Amino acid sequence: MLAQIHVTFKEGILDPQGKTVHHALNDLGYDEVLDVNIGKYLEIKLDSASEEEAEIRVREMCEQLLANTVIESFRFTIVPTE
Amino acid sequence: MKCGIVVFPGSNCDHDCYHILKHILNQETHWLWHKEEVDLESFDLVVLPGGFSYGDYLRAGAIARFSPIMNSIIRFAKKGGKVLGICNGFQILLECGLLPGVLIQNQSRKFICKNVFVCIDNPDTAFTQDCGEKNVLQIPIAHHQGSYYIDPYSLSQLEENGQIIFRYCEPGGNVSVESNPNGSVGSVAGVANEQKNVMGMMPHPERCADPLWSRTDGQIIFQSLISNS
Repeated sequence: MLAQIHVTFKEGILDPQGKTVHHALNDLGYDEVLDVNIGKYLEIKLDSASEEEAEIRVREMCEQLLANTVIESFRFTIVPTE
Repeated sequence: MKCGIVVFPGSNCDHDCYHILKHILNQETHWLWHKEEVDLESFDLVVLPGGFSYGDYLRAGAIARFSPIMNSIIRFAKKGGKVLGICNGFQILLECGLLPGVLIQNQSRKFICKNVFVCIDNPDTAFTQDCGEKNVLQIPIAHHQGSYYIDPYSLSQLEENGQIIFRYCEPGGNVSVESNPNGSVGSVAGVANEQKNVMGMMPHPERCADPLWSRTDGQIIFQSLISNS
């Protein structure tokens, strides 16, 4: 199984990188860009017995280490691998 | 005063802290290796120095907080032991929950290395008690992730409890947008826990505490701790 995890800043937290890219896109003429939020993408290979178990464990990993939940939120999907 | 300096892989201000406490201020000073879980009961002060523990991977301080020594430090802090986190040490104290809030990338997205002024917001702590009439210190900063963030309600709680120890300011002590180098909320440069025995700060007092240099404002923080022990 593979966990595909996205960690991003929560709403309202200043993301200086996102802001800079936002301005750069506007400067290039992409006026429709309203906001840019830059986060992290992690792929974790798992040896879990079931999808349910993987989901519980990955949630734990996110809360304990992968995201700082004071400022970051996370979302993930578990996909089967061969 | 018996002091411990924690060494993580990637610490780079550990020797400066050791030098100031041991050779300049003549205190009993020991190294604390990150892999060891030790009894800190006989210590008066533990310093988490600056640097790039674990390469700042994931988030600054995120991995260091799970080092075995951190279990000892959390126990030590809960019993009232004094803990000083400088720069990366501050980031680790926030990640492990001994201090509230987080440090994010500087608003300018740049690594900033320069002398700044900080005013002492709470002079009645073990870290600041010897400041006397002096309420503005000049101390260097050197960081990329030093913008302090906490939600507005928690910030007001910190202010009410006197937990904000230092704020970035102008040379005269005025706190302004211009004197805030990194975009920290409330210009916060250093905070303490509710009991005021754990303090974290972004400026580096160990870099201005040796009389060989022209400025020694950083000594006040170490001297305060010595007087308090």
